[in-house]
Amino acid sequence: MLFFSYFKELVGKEVTVELKNDLAIKGILHSVDQYLNIKLENTRVVDQDKYPHMLSVRNCFIRGSVVRYVQLPPDGVDIDILHDATRREARGG
Amino acid sequence: MSWPGQEDVFFSTSLASYLDKKLLVLLRDGRKLLGILRSFDQFANVVLEGAHERVIVGELYCDIVLGLYVIRGENVVLIGELDPEREELPASMTPGWAIQRGDLKDCFFPFFFQAQKAEKEASDLKGTMRKRMEFLDLD
Repeated sequence: MLFFSYFKELVGKEVTVELKNDLAIKGILHSVDQYLNIKLENTRVVDQDKYPHMLSVRNCFIRGSVVRYVQLPPDGVDIDILHDATRREARGG
Repeated sequence: MSWPGQEDVFFSTSLASYLDKKLLVLLRDGRKLLGILRSFDQFANVVLEGAHERVIVGELYCDIVLGLYVIRGENVVLIGELDPEREELPASMTPGWAIQRGDLKDCFFPFFFQAQKAEKEASDLKGTMRKRMEFLDLD
């Protein structure tokens, strides 16, 4: 559940989600769930010319299983908190 | 089990806020389906009413009418809400027309699929050429 909690902290920040089909979408993280499905708002496709069908998509739901990377804002992660949480998770608590 | 309240659904990852809206569903095989979301579940299985497939080849596009579709969640890549205020496609693109499946022979459809196939073959070829030349470290 660590990454679920982690992504919940990022809600409201701008992220770029790169999918396994190479489509990369930038948008405001609206919500995330246990499968790491992601909902984005105010989306913009990084390579718009290559994906004309995405022109009028403003909000979208991305299935967690097709995500390759989530690019985060540089200030989006507090490494110390993440380390602590990781150790806690590793101990099973 | 209790149902989430009306206001909760807009803050969750649930597809409930997309119900009865016109959506674009991208599938794993690259197909683009459009239709109105009538139902869904936690796997992203979805029911689309008035579904049509949008085929885009270069600057041409065409919609194939499909009807009521149930899409198995594992094939779904992305579900996008279409903003009715915005154009669905760039103005430069030329429309075909909606065509009923099974009535393809007297329209420009065979041509369309031919063009689509040629485009796919070209991109596949590019892919394999690139793979073969990978040892050259092109980037």
